[in-house]
Amino acid sequence: MVGIVIVSHSSKIAEGVKDLAGQMAGEDQPIIAVGGTETGEIGTDPIRIQAAIEEANQGEGVVVLADLGSAVLSVGLAKEMMDPDLAKTVYLANAPLVEGTVGAAVEAAAGSSVEDVLQTAQEARAMEKIE
Amino acid sequence: MIRAKDAVKAVGQAVIDNKVFLTELDQAIGDGDHGINMARGFERVFEKIDALQDDTDFSTVLKTVGMALISSVGGAAGPLYGTAFLRAAGACKDKTEIDVVTAKTMLDAAIKGIQDRGKAQKGEKTMLDALIPASEAMGKSLADGKDSRACLSAAVQAAADGVEYTKTIIATKGRASYLGERSIGHQDPGATSSTIMLEAVCKVLK
Repeated sequence: MVGIVIVSHSSKIAEGVKDLAGQMAGEDQPIIAVGGTETGEIGTDPIRIQAAIEEANQGEGVVVLADLGSAVLSVGLAKEMMDPDLAKTVYLANAPLVEGTVGAAVEAAAGSSVEDVLQTAQEARAMEKIE
Repeated sequence: MIRAKDAVKAVGQAVIDNKVFLTELDQAIGDGDHGINMARGFERVFEKIDALQDDTDFSTVLKTVGMALISSVGGAAGPLYGTAFLRAAGACKDKTEIDVVTAKTMLDAAIKGIQDRGKAQKGEKTMLDALIPASEAMGKSLADGKDSRACLSAAVQAAADGVEYTKTIIATKGRASYLGERSIGHQDPGATSSTIMLEAVCKVLK
């Protein structure tokens, strides 16, 4: 299955989004939450993000969902530091964190390819909340 | 000859001394943590470099600085400065002494790293608005045949002018971009911390 990694400045946000997405995707879907700094403060940590991606990887690629600013920079750096062969299969979704993660997790749990999981995550950008 | 560890200590101490100032700048237009994050980063740097031999080469020391910042800063400055130090480390591999030409190569590698990571250009109210003019001024002084002291002074002056320039422009990158025009009138915290570091390192190298 395609792995899902949730990156947030806040560990509570990352864990909460993981709980929400996990409820719909089921237990077998690898979803790793990585929020906050090593010392539990608000921020992002490229080294722990790299470890989370490696943990989520089952050989079929990983889709990463991130919140603001430095989360995106930290994911970029994490990819630069990891095994280049793995990095080629890791995609950062241009998607809202909550909606994108739920969509991606459900798609991944259905056994879809990493390209399809990425696309579903990114389609969340166009989801209307109020018709 | 200046040792790498001493140069890093001077840079780190300058950042830590400006913790409150940098945080105040960031409170005005960002998320208010730049000084706190950078000071925490350099405290980690100090722990890591204390474990190295006193005569450890520049490349190894700078690599250690980059990794320590990456793992401890938390904000955007972590991956940006972390990448900058790692690239600078790569640009002085096997060098036993840092002359101005090498220093400029290292600065340019650091700038390229920041651009690769942050996808920013000059004029977007970022650390690049201090660092790029510094590199340009250093290059011009070198071309004019100035001595190393003059080259370093020109770089620091250009960086400081760059910080002043950031007061006049709108932020389009980072958290300050949420403020749009309200970011005008405030100097960029990243350009400021870059200048503080450059000033400290030039003072040591002179």
